[in-house]
Amino acid sequence: MKHADEYRDPALALLLADKIARAAYARPQYRLMEFCGGHTHAISRYGIADLLPANVNMIHGPGCPVCVLPIGRIDNAIELVLQHPLTLCTYADTLRVPASDRLSLMQAKARGADVRMVYSAADALRLAQEDPAREIVFFAIGFETTAPSTALAIRAADRLRLPNFSVFCNHVLTPPAMSAILGSTQAQGSGGAGIDGVVGPGHVSCVIGSRAYEPVAEEYCRPVVIAGFEPLDLMQTVLMLIHQINRNRHEVENEYTRAVTREGNAMAQELMEEVFVLRDSFEWRGLGEIADSAYGIRQKYARFDAERRYGIARRRASDNKACECGAILRGEKKPADCRVFGTACTPDNPLGACMVSSEGACAAHYSYGRFRASAAAQTAGLAL
Amino acid sequence: MRQAWAQALDYGKGCVDMSHGAGGRAMAQLIEELFVQAFDNEWLRQMNDQACFAVPAGRMVMSTDSHVVSPLFFPGGDIGSLAVHGTINDVAMAGARPLYLAAGFILEEGFPLAELKRVVESMAGAAQEAGVCVITGDTKVVERGKGDGVFITTTGVGVVPPGVDISGDRARPGDRVIVSGTMGDHGVAIMSFRENLSFETAIRSDTAALHGLVADMVRAVPGMRCLRDPTRGGLATTLNEFARQSGVGIRIFERAIPVRSQVSAACELLGLDPLYVANEGKLVAVCAPQDAEPLLAAMRAHPLGRNAAEIGEVIADAHHFVQMQTTFGGSRTVDWLSGEQLPRIC
Repeated sequence: MKHADEYRDPALALLLADKIARAAYARPQYRLMEFCGGHTHAISRYGIADLLPANVNMIHGPGCPVCVLPIGRIDNAIELVLQHPLTLCTYADTLRVPASDRLSLMQAKARGADVRMVYSAADALRLAQEDPAREIVFFAIGFETTAPSTALAIRAADRLRLPNFSVFCNHVLTPPAMSAILGSTQAQGSGGAGIDGVVGPGHVSCVIGSRAYEPVAEEYCRPVVIAGFEPLDLMQTVLMLIHQINRNRHEVENEYTRAVTREGNAMAQELMEEVFVLRDSFEWRGLGEIADSAYGIRQKYARFDAERRYGIARRRASDNKACECGAILRGEKKPADCRVFGTACTPDNPLGACMVSSEGACAAHYSYGRFRASAAAQTAGLAL
Repeated sequence: MRQAWAQALDYGKGCVDMSHGAGGRAMAQLIEELFVQAFDNEWLRQMNDQACFAVPAGRMVMSTDSHVVSPLFFPGGDIGSLAVHGTINDVAMAGARPLYLAAGFILEEGFPLAELKRVVESMAGAAQEAGVCVITGDTKVVERGKGDGVFITTTGVGVVPPGVDISGDRARPGDRVIVSGTMGDHGVAIMSFRENLSFETAIRSDTAALHGLVADMVRAVPGMRCLRDPTRGGLATTLNEFARQSGVGIRIFERAIPVRSQVSAACELLGLDPLYVANEGKLVAVCAPQDAEPLLAAMRAHPLGRNAAEIGEVIADAHHFVQMQTTFGGSRTVDWLSGEQLPRIC
């Protein structure tokens, strides 16, 4: 496949693997967090961990928008669509996320709620135009990647004066979450948990630009390298991070130059600025409350805000107590360290955030990485 | 003995209504004018509620499959041909020669008779091409909103040649894994055609009856161990089923798995993995290592096995994992599908 195979060349991969192995001499451990779920998925899918030396560890970050959505917000969405005669449009991944009382949007749909899967906010907007008698609510989730398209849909609805379209906004921002994670791990010192460098978000950075991470890298003295999603992108990024770590540098570098600039997409940024406003604080599943980390809808567009239109109240719902998602998202624990991993918590019956979407750290490890863990245990003579 | 009906079925504007399932004259007319005429054979012409047929000696195979595909018509096929191929293939995967089919139709009130005719004629065409008769059937009508146009359940019976013992629990370490052609064509064809997804490809469904190919394979290698058509859940699911049933592990090589470039591009765009995408005209076989070459030769000599390829081997593994060496050089687990990859595709 043109424009993809070039970034999956096994010969180049071996070359890079060799360079990484030679570069990773300065420290006993290099702990690199890939922030994005898309990166986690690519690492698992192409078996990249196999090509890295034993002292280079990839830690899976919180960059899966479905995973970090707090249960309370899904409870809100379920309540909304069960209690009002409306259509809730949602991305497919959100359908299966377990909420309180063993419900999910898919379960709500089975109980008669009108929940429909869409591929974009524009699809939801089109539904509202086609069926003016029906209230359409778009369940907006995602980072700065999906936020501009939601903003665009809201602005279009405003221009079309659509009375039957609104958005339940749950867009969250990556730089504050990255700060929160680096801040919490730094406090623990060098003993045990810690992150030496960050594989920075690729698609998000197309929108907000690589400069958005400069304050984070500066404040926590950690290198950030923005990476593409092909396996060679990730290998090259790992090498760039190791070089920075070896030289005690902590800059924001850009490996994904074919898509990302330092400034990002100005038009998308203006659009988000026009439609959205920062919330004081927002809950992240597994990470807790993070200040200035999410978008709400500006007063100017209030009539398209489902929270205002339907008086959606804030709900708190806690994760399963046995679940280690928080520690896994902060890079302090690995999926296999959690005692419910693979037993009570599986992709088919997820208890915690990281098992929910295929991009979640636990789901990715469950689907792609388990045999490695079991092979290691077998060689060690352990019974699993 | 054909009865003259007051008015012929209106294929122009007519729709299925509740009377077509009520047991009265309208139902009799629909059965005679459409079903019996299309599937025409000695058993149906007898107009009994069942079909009596003689069976050859030996082991019989029986399988049933319900078809609820949406959309009903897609590039390369439709629910009618799919309903025939699906059940013929399930019977054939025991190494059997399919003999007869039964078909049950659940029609939704309001379903255009013209579309029903198209589906039934496609079914009849597929059955005729496969040399298998639909010898009995049933029709029910449900109220509007309680179906999705038409659902078709087909049941097939077949006979297994002596000496053939094919089963998903017979894979042994050292055996070879072979596929008959490119993976994922059907699922991507359906996906590209589905409403709400404006996405065009030249991909057609691979829907086909595989019993001819299976007959050639059984002739070449009567000792073949496992055979299955990787429909829902795709290749990954079939391999996991073999691994679990046989109590073994399987190691495959991504580079060796045939996937059309259009299919892999579409999967890339949609975030799908072709290993999990449905096929309707492909099979996966497991055979002893020394049988791999003759089996591949027999498959490649058949039009439906031209792109047959050996993709991996059976290994000992207490966890019954399916592993894949990626083209990139790493390895990964090819796990059971979680949730659903494509809603309702077969």
